[in-house]
Amino acid sequence: MTSRVDITLTVNGERVTRSVEARRHLIDFLRLDLGLTGSHAGCEHGVCGACTVRVDGEIVRGCLVLAASLDGAEVTTIEGLSDSGEMADLQDAFIARNAAQCGFCTPGMVMAAADIVQHHPHATRAEIREHLSGNYCRCTGYQAIVDAVEATLEARGGAAR
Amino acid sequence: MKWPAFGYARASTLEEVFRLQAEHGDDARLLAGGQTLLATLAFRLSEPKLLVDITGVAALRGIALQGGLLRIGALTRHAELGRDPLVAQHAPLLTEAVPFIAHPAIRNRGTIGGSLAYADPAAELPACIVALDSTMVLASAAGERRVAAGDFFTGLLETALRPGELIAAVEVPVATDASRSAIVEVARRSGDYAMAGLATTLRLEGGVIRAPRLVYFGVGNGPVLAARANAALEGRSLDAAAIAAARAALAGDLDPQADLHGPPEMKRHLAGVLTQRALSRFLPAAEAAA
Repeated sequence: MTSRVDITLTVNGERVTRSVEARRHLIDFLRLDLGLTGSHAGCEHGVCGACTVRVDGEIVRGCLVLAASLDGAEVTTIEGLSDSGEMADLQDAFIARNAAQCGFCTPGMVMAAADIVQHHPHATRAEIREHLSGNYCRCTGYQAIVDAVEATLEARGGAAR
Repeated sequence: MKWPAFGYARASTLEEVFRLQAEHGDDARLLAGGQTLLATLAFRLSEPKLLVDITGVAALRGIALQGGLLRIGALTRHAELGRDPLVAQHAPLLTEAVPFIAHPAIRNRGTIGGSLAYADPAAELPACIVALDSTMVLASAAGERRVAAGDFFTGLLETALRPGELIAAVEVPVATDASRSAIVEVARRSGDYAMAGLATTLRLEGGVIRAPRLVYFGVGNGPVLAARANAALEGRSLDAAAIAAARAALAGDLDPQADLHGPPEMKRHLAGVLTQRALSRFLPAAEAAA
């Protein structure tokens, strides 16, 4: 039994080796150990979605993942997603439609929205809402966010209509 | 809130899991997808000294057809369950259930074994597994034993799992041409636990109902197999009168407690509505429209 664990993983394309406390969740690891503060710790029990990041290509709740369990994993945060440019159009659509106000939910929201763009290019408006139902936004009322995702899908030529 | 301090050990074989369980007893908890356990640790509902990560145990993975049964490994994640072609073909109830479970990011981590072991009375998978008349495959250092799903859930958040034992897999009888299944629920918000839900299977043979298994969730201490409603349906032609008879019989099956969502009367009402919705789906198209 050990309370510290050595891990080597890839974060936004860079190889990282650290010794972490077993109780460290992925978001604290990213924010406090690596200085990647784009991922937000909101409720810290898996409800709000502000901590959404990619692990091995799939979105997860970063607050419900042990950093210690990620030896060998590939993690992508909002910083990596932004730098890659793969969702630049989605991010532009968020800005154009004012789909953020205080911005606390926005990194997680964009990570979840990117999952729609990536895996569900033909999503209907209802399906977009369903997919984003696990990400809380207390400012925008969601309409602008759903609009931004829908506009991105349409512009990429995959929307249902 | 932050998790309490705990140790972490990664097991790669069942033998390692059993050894760690034997060594640490009640101080150790198994960690699969962690989507329930880690959330409850954030609330400090328990303070285990050691988390044993079992996600690297290959023996707990995989979905396969074996002798007329669909064997679903305990580590199967909800997202995997939802897109697996064998599951869609042989246990479509589970495919239909997946979108009701939480949200995509949680479905990418949470496992069927974890959901069944936690046994939340409002969760979808325990009810589905009982409706499908499945068998739980439980493993320990002493070997494997099998427990009918209906006997596995023994009370509020309680199961037939013994100390030192884990869920290895679930064995589901495969659907036939006569099989029908449906899951319906009422939740305040998409992805929330249900206020009330119903998972059901039955066979329709020449329009006659055989072996109906109506299982309600969110209305009791665990999945509730509705014995009286099932008896009211057995051997009858499926029509509006049969559905009405099941709804009437249901009163004797359910004893819901009040919870944050509302009083027992509301739960009973919702269960009746869900019974109508689920069974109506099996009516011939003309009758369903009438």
